[in-house]
Amino acid sequence: MAHSMNITLKVWRQAGPDAQGGFETYSVPDANEHMSFLELLDVLNEQLIKEGKEPVEFDHDCREGICGSCGVVIDGVAHGPQQRTACCQLHMRHYKDGDTIVIEPWRAEGFPIIKDLVVDRQAFDRIIAAGGYVSVNTGAAQDANSIPIPKDDADLAMDYATCIGCGACVAACPNASASLFTAAKIAQLSLLPQGAPERTMRVTNMVDQMAKEGFGDCSNHAECEAVCPKGISISAIATMRREYMKAMRG
Amino acid sequence: MSTVLDPKIPAGPLKEKWDNYKNTIKLVNPANKRKHTVLVVGTGLAGGSAAASLAELGYNVKSFCIQDSPRRAHSIAAQGGINAAKNYPNDGDTIWRLFYDTIKGGDYRSREANVYRLAQVSNNIIDQCVAQGVPFAREYGGLLDNRSFGGAQVSRTFYAKGQTGQQLLLGAYQAMSRQIGAGNIEMFSRREMLDLVVVDGKARGIITRNLVTGEYERHVGDAVLLCTGGYGNVYYLSTNAKNSNVTAAWRCHKRGAYFANPCYTQIHPTCIPVSGDYQSKLTLMSESLRNDGRVWVPKKQGDTRRPQDIPEEDRDYYLERKYPSFGNLVPRDVASRNAKMATDEGRGVGETGLAVYLDFKDSINRLGRDTIEARYGNLFEMYERITGENPYEVPMRIFPAVHYTMGGLWVDYELQSTVPGLFVLGEANFSDHGANRLGASALMQGLADGYFVIPYTLGNYIANQSLPDVSTDADAFGEAESAADARIQKLLSVNGNKTVMEFHRELGRIIWDQVGMSRTAGGLRQAIDQVSALKEEFWQNVCVPGEPTTYNKNLEFAGRVADFLELGELMARDALSREESCGGHFREEYQTPEGEALRNDDEFTHVSAWEHTASGHVLHKENLDFENVQLTTRSYK
Repeated sequence: MAHSMNITLKVWRQAGPDAQGGFETYSVPDANEHMSFLELLDVLNEQLIKEGKEPVEFDHDCREGICGSCGVVIDGVAHGPQQRTACCQLHMRHYKDGDTIVIEPWRAEGFPIIKDLVVDRQAFDRIIAAGGYVSVNTGAAQDANSIPIPKDDADLAMDYATCIGCGACVAACPNASASLFTAAKIAQLSLLPQGAPERTMRVTNMVDQMAKEGFGDCSNHAECEAVCPKGISISAIATMRREYMKAMRG
Repeated sequence: MSTVLDPKIPAGPLKEKWDNYKNTIKLVNPANKRKHTVLVVGTGLAGGSAAASLAELGYNVKSFCIQDSPRRAHSIAAQGGINAAKNYPNDGDTIWRLFYDTIKGGDYRSREANVYRLAQVSNNIIDQCVAQGVPFAREYGGLLDNRSFGGAQVSRTFYAKGQTGQQLLLGAYQAMSRQIGAGNIEMFSRREMLDLVVVDGKARGIITRNLVTGEYERHVGDAVLLCTGGYGNVYYLSTNAKNSNVTAAWRCHKRGAYFANPCYTQIHPTCIPVSGDYQSKLTLMSESLRNDGRVWVPKKQGDTRRPQDIPEEDRDYYLERKYPSFGNLVPRDVASRNAKMATDEGRGVGETGLAVYLDFKDSINRLGRDTIEARYGNLFEMYERITGENPYEVPMRIFPAVHYTMGGLWVDYELQSTVPGLFVLGEANFSDHGANRLGASALMQGLADGYFVIPYTLGNYIANQSLPDVSTDADAFGEAESAADARIQKLLSVNGNKTVMEFHRELGRIIWDQVGMSRTAGGLRQAIDQVSALKEEFWQNVCVPGEPTTYNKNLEFAGRVADFLELGELMARDALSREESCGGHFREEYQTPEGEALRNDDEFTHVSAWEHTASGHVLHKENLDFENVQLTTRSYK
């Protein structure tokens, strides 16, 4: 049978965007190794509700690592200790009985806190709206096979396109830069013939928007790549810079 | 009074219906489109593609989603692929074949004209997505790659690794983002639709709640598009995302939209089993695994030996034994039902006894580990991440889980519900999959509805209506908002002893046991009583802490569970009234001597559409006329 574990959680609680936040300590006596990390938080919340207290707010949805809703800093690491794993797919078997775990929200100027562990990531939507698309109206497309794309380019574009927009890259970056997020979309589209006519405008507008949102610039720490649950390479950022330089020179 | 519904199918031969329709509809003048506001609720494949397309056409679009970003809708989790009748592999595919496979796969309980249109526009979808930059898998020549999927003998499935839904959704999201940037779509994230506002018999607005501040908002429009997905979370455990819910659809139902075939639910055979009471959701493993995995359980009840210690002669490869010609590749409904039978007999495996083995040992011996890794590496990795077991060494444990709901709000050929001006797209409607959906068809339908159907049918509606200005001060808005607020206040004031999750789990258990893979009249009657009692208890004993004016997820869930409780009862009623077995709906009383589903075409070749009235639900029917295909019995022996 599954081993029961007693886990202590130190969780960031903050009533609202402007409220003073702080850590609260809770004990979850009946955690077990098969639980996911978010299921541990579910158990904690059931406990709190039964005690007449307010549950801890955290964003979550698909719980299979693809929607990008969840994301907390666990013991100082965005999404926790397991590489290439969003925290919804982190399981308690990686912890042991008696462990203490510290949980915090993403912290960045571009991601204001809404409540407890929930942050506002709409800045990411505005970065995409600034140019992260191909301008083609519905119905205006030619036959799909009339645009052959070398397999290597298509595969690499797919690697960049797997970004789930969770924001871990921002949370991990000492500059709170959104470079990996922004660059992943720019790099994906730079590899494809579709949308090539607007690539100059795309990179300029998206990079400008990123700055406007209060995200910092990249200084090559590569913390973003280390925590990215999809393992997106920082080579995307090099591509973004090259695209940007080309755009600047006209 | 029970009535017969008219689906408004256009005249002419099947292959010409959609063209005839497009040739004869009224159009909205380009300069007039911006005077019309369209409210699009939900931003998955259906809602995202609809919002983008309508904004491109010039309509003034307002778009709503419950997540923090439109990019997170649950379409994103679809793995396998999207079907289209492109026939790029030259293996004999045609629009007719895609149509026929879909009708047959749905066990002859869907509407011919809709399914044919779906097959017709499938090719446009692939063109559109490629033009948007969706990175589909390609061959070395640079052209698109295809693979095969269940229920078809051709390779017509386009895919982007195991993340096809993600890439298609991001394509639609980016098309939306372009329109948001251009000011043609106003986006409202973290908003939940709590009611539909009907003025002079037409859908003219919605009430939303801002999930961050708790404020109610009134939105006026000339039409409402409901693209809010399926209701699989009524079972509590499903492969759906945690926030997927029926609330918006159920509110519309209570305002006059009929709910069709709620008992048609799809239970997917290959999911990672439940491991304990704390389990919050289930994870699907692609059905492609059944190409190389062999399903088995021990022959003896209660055999607790490790799988590797159970010799061949003590194993029962029950699918291969019972279905020698299809073996492990029987359709989803058949595979799921047989897994249930094996565990019901006490031959299930794992700690809970609610699982069967999916064993790759023979394939690894035959093909080598490298080949298996190339085919399924990412799935094996995901399995190991969740279970902590290495499927190269020990067989996977799998069990069926709720995955998709074919039922939904009734719509006619134009995707219009029984409330004029309320259109329903994607999984939220009932229209295209009959009693069982084939793999890689959900993505196709969502995008077909949004990109290629609604731009025409919505225009025809608007051009034919007189839509006088409506103010948010109208009585209907005030009444709907008060009702929504009264519910929220009531949920907060009960102050009982049971959590929302406890009620939801209990509801899920009842529905899973009685309205799941196998149903009986007795069990369904019992479920109706149990759910009704649970509903009563909910409103007297639920505990929802916190404030209505801050972010409060538990309060959101409470409202959704309240609606699931009502839906659960209707599902059982629908299942009870359908005295036949078809697709995902298996009634034990109606089976062949071999234990297979037995349809009753004489009495049940119809859609059951339920009207909500003050005195209960009233059943209406739409007769399904098959003019082009012959109804046959599906056999996989």
